[in-house]
Amino acid sequence: MTPTPKAPSWLAQRSTIWSRLGESLLTWRRGRLSRQDALQALEGYRGLARDVASARKSLPGSPITTALETLYASMHAIVNREPRHTRASLRHLYAVEIPATVRELRPYILGVWFLFALSTAAGWGLIHTWPTLVGLVASPEMVRHVEHGELWTDGILNVTPSSLLSIRIFTNNIAVTIFACVAGIFYGLGTFYVIANNGLMLGGVFAFTQIHGLDGDLLKFIFAHGTVELSMICLGGAAGVALGESLIRPKLASRRDSLQQCTAKIARLFAALIPLLIICGLIEGFVSPDPDIGWPVRLFVGLANLALMYAVLTGRFFRSAAAA
Amino acid sequence: MATDSLIITSATGVDVELAIAGPGSRSHAFIIDWHIRLLLAVTWFALAAYAQTGVFYLRGKSAGAVAALSLLPAFAIYFLYHPVVELAMRGRTPGKRMAGVRIVNRLGGTPSTLALLIRNGFRLIDSLPLFYGVGLCTTFFTPQRVRLGDLAAGTLLVHDGDQEVRALAQLGSLSLNSSLDAGTVALGNDLLLRWPDLEPARRHELARELLRRIAKAVGSDSATLNLDALKDRDLKQRLRTALAGHPP
Repeated sequence: MTPTPKAPSWLAQRSTIWSRLGESLLTWRRGRLSRQDALQALEGYRGLARDVASARKSLPGSPITTALETLYASMHAIVNREPRHTRASLRHLYAVEIPATVRELRPYILGVWFLFALSTAAGWGLIHTWPTLVGLVASPEMVRHVEHGELWTDGILNVTPSSLLSIRIFTNNIAVTIFACVAGIFYGLGTFYVIANNGLMLGGVFAFTQIHGLDGDLLKFIFAHGTVELSMICLGGAAGVALGESLIRPKLASRRDSLQQCTAKIARLFAALIPLLIICGLIEGFVSPDPDIGWPVRLFVGLANLALMYAVLTGRFFRSAAAA
Repeated sequence: MATDSLIITSATGVDVELAIAGPGSRSHAFIIDWHIRLLLAVTWFALAAYAQTGVFYLRGKSAGAVAALSLLPAFAIYFLYHPVVELAMRGRTPGKRMAGVRIVNRLGGTPSTLALLIRNGFRLIDSLPLFYGVGLCTTFFTPQRVRLGDLAAGTLLVHDGDQEVRALAQLGSLSLNSSLDAGTVALGNDLLLRWPDLEPARRHELARELLRRIAKAVGSDSATLNLDALKDRDLKQRLRTALAGHPP
């Protein structure tokens, strides 16, 4: 029979150390560890491993063993904690990782753009041929506005201030882009649906405004923000297709591992997508609905926005900033 | 088939075993968090509206700035609660803490910022069609009881034994001068910790039995202890002193 250790010889000696570790654990969980703390945590972790092994052998299933195992697991989490992002790793993310991911996703981006263009053409053709079907792609309010010879965006600034409008728009766009990406978990089908649906709506609405002679106004409204906004949604969609691909044709031993590897890679894209979508939202709130802003300014803003997107996605913006 | 625990081979050579939290614990934590974020959002909205308009709601045509200051932070609190709090508390939230669970990566470590953001991004899918239907279903059918967000981020929810760590802290003060064997001290410690949760008759019976065993171990005559006459508080105190090395 295994002798039960007497308290003074083992428990009493070690229990004060466990108490101290338990107290320190609460502090270590919250903040960043100093070098001294890290060394103390490592030392405690090693000592605890020995205690857990002893307790498992001499006191199997006892409350002490359970408590020690819990403390050991918590210490394991502290010791194996990944470092937080530093400024250097953020620069590396924008200058190297995001451009590399975009390059890798290039075939998917082209494919998604093609799907988007195809569904836009289909939406245009559908509504142009059967205008009564416009209810499928536009809300009754939008239809009413267009039938009265004005865009639904006309006078929107009288109802909602630009700041509020911008926040509402970019929040919605970010949600749509994330959704276009994560919907790819359904073997890519969810992403196909989101992109095709957006394309159908855009094409259908353009056809409907063309019938009422408002397509030029709609293009004027969309141009400054739309080019980058749609590109971002398509990029999110491309990430979603890659996600689906990782499940259909896993590159690692299991689909789960393949999905995780792919998600970790494409999630970095959102560090670029979200700021760009916020800029698009600000343009859509402040520039696009303002009737006093003419084509030249819109053209300039739209092209500058496109140039910014290109610089961010190719990493040029951050490489030149780092060089400076 | 669902597994109950995650066993990780540690660099020390001693395996780490983590109990995986099931749909019940996950739902418990989520419901607490949902109430917290709803309460915070509604409180912000009501206070901001009151500060600007004198009433706790927005009138029919409130100015944009008024609506922005009341509504936007409220929405931000409601929708960004999980990512922000999980990042700040490194895989924990108040709800998870109350439910006794935490998020870990597949190696049992604290999840990275990226992993936490991924699992939160996938809430858009997990929350479909209503009340986390997709997420809840996947926790029933995946081996480690994870939702799609966890699957994509490489994370899972495990039971967090803060109570057991506190038990260790109390054990330190009890066992310093004790000459009892570790098992008895641990048993007594466990009983003292559970004292408020046990029915009085049951805890008295357990305490008397343990005190008799301690008396026998240290060579006292248990017949002279007069344990039956002791009241609840005295019995608990007697047990505490006996475990700490004093004769019962």
